[in-house]
Amino acid sequence: MNGMIGDIVGSARDSLATFGRMMMFLGRLLAATPAAVLRPRLVVHQIYNAGALSLLIIMTCGLFVGMVLALLGYDLLSRVASEDILGAGAALALTKQLGPVLTALLFAGRAGSALASELGLMRATDQLAAMEMMAVDPLRRVALPRFLGGVLAMPLLTAIFIAIAIFGVQLVGVQQVKIDPGSFWSQMRSAVELADIYEGLIKGTVFGIACSLIAVYEGYNAAPTAEGIGRATTRTVVVSSVATLILNFILTAFML
Amino acid sequence: MVVVRGLHFSINGRVIFSGIDLNVRRGSVTAIMGPSGTGKTTLLRMMTGQQRPDSGNVEVDGQDVGALGRTQLLDLRRRMGMLFQNGALLTDFDVFENVAFPLREHTRLPERLIRHIVLTKLQTVGLRGAAQLMPAELSGGMARRVALARAMVMDPRLLVYDEPFAGLDPISMGVVLRLIRQTNDALGITSIIVSHDVQEICSVADTIYLLSDGSIAAAGTPQDLNGSDAQIVRQFMQGLPDGPVPFHYPAPDYHGQLLERAP
Ligand SMILES: Nc1ncnc2c1ncn2[C@@H]1O[C@H](COP(=O)(O)OP(=O)(O)OP(=O)(O)O)[C@@H](O)[C@H]1O
Ligand SMILES: [Mg+2]
Repeated sequence: MNGMIGDIVGSARDSLATFGRMMMFLGRLLAATPAAVLRPRLVVHQIYNAGALSLLIIMTCGLFVGMVLALLGYDLLSRVASEDILGAGAALALTKQLGPVLTALLFAGRAGSALASELGLMRATDQLAAMEMMAVDPLRRVALPRFLGGVLAMPLLTAIFIAIAIFGVQLVGVQQVKIDPGSFWSQMRSAVELADIYEGLIKGTVFGIACSLIAVYEGYNAAPTAEGIGRATTRTVVVSSVATLILNFILTAFML
Repeated sequence: MVVVRGLHFSINGRVIFSGIDLNVRRGSVTAIMGPSGTGKTTLLRMMTGQQRPDSGNVEVDGQDVGALGRTQLLDLRRRMGMLFQNGALLTDFDVFENVAFPLREHTRLPERLIRHIVLTKLQTVGLRGAAQLMPAELSGGMARRVALARAMVMDPRLLVYDEPFAGLDPISMGVVLRLIRQTNDALGITSIIVSHDVQEICSVADTIYLLSDGSIAAAGTPQDLNGSDAQIVRQFMQGLPDGPVPFHYPAPDYHGQLLERAP
């Protein structure tokens, strides 16, 4: 019993220490950010990398999530004879919750893990040390553009996810179960406000910062072994997912 | 150029250095030799500020490396070039861009000039034709030659080579040997070479330090060392398995361990 409590306390302390180191890493990244503005091509390249990597799976998943949401919503709403608000309900759920959260989870699994293993491999093969020896700070040259690329790509990906998902909703709602398209779209337009869209974008940005930071931190500090890279990749996905869900709760509670 | 004084270092409770003193004259080629695992790479890492000693200090160009801040260290490294034991090429870039990397990071030279410099350096290591290959497409020896070109591209004042000859065929070995000597003499560079290849080192080095068991076992010109009758020097220079330098990493009794039941 005592041992178990000790373990829990110990792992809580470890998590806290990791969190602290991650925040210090974030501080160093942010301190170097102004310099990155001078070399926008590096960042643009990484936006393209992170975005292109995840685009296809985000579009596919968006479509299916939208379609399933429409089926579920129709089933529910037709019982109370208010199918007309399907568009509005689905759009709100997607913009405020499903869009940012699912995009972040997919981003962590696809782009985040790739980022972590890439950086881990660079660490293991002395590439980061070689840069230091060439008087190039790998934090600025390698970690920072990848971090910023992820941060900027996430809101874009979130918007794409939401748009495709709404297309999926109307595919099922209007084309298949024949909800009147006029009321479908007008209900949606009157229900969704600018604030809802902001909420979605803010969440997308915050999740983007969290997921990119975790991926870059884990990869950059990976143990220089095959196992170390594997562990960094796994931790990236797990920690990013958990962080996304917890942050989502906090942000939702604040913005309600 | 490089002065090492009273260097002590241990890792995981194992003593690697117990008091190293060493002095590298400006403009000379200095070799550090020693059995595998004695800490040659570690010593280079301390000279370049990648690792800090437990006590003692390393001075490069009059600056105490261990005491430098981050920016000062990066500044010092602009004047150093290092060849890593495994090459450490950047796998995202092709051979040309790897060699061009320091130039692009630190200078604003026009593309035409960068091209000229990089191709010249690649020509000297015989790999101008491989400029468009990716590091994954190179053999180990080729990768090391590219890394050599990259280490030299900024015309540093101090060049540090970790095992420049490992994995090279006799022809490339001869070329690299002459290259090291030539760059050293023509540009007035100071060179430090870590290697096991006794003959090659004797032909290129001005001074040799023999590192063994955490301290400097012998130092002097190649002639000094070849003529030395200290047991340890003769063992190393002639490659004899028995002598004061143990061939084995510290281990429990051999027979005992073989007969022992698996834990
Ligand atoms: N990260 C580490 N953890 C534990 N021990 C280490 C570590 N790095 C080096 N060592 C130990 O330090 C000693 C010196 O290592 P180093 O790489 O400097 O040897 P070396 O002289 O360059 O050998 P070689 O000629 O084979 O390259 C080795 O015995 C090694 O076991
Ligand atoms: Mg070594």
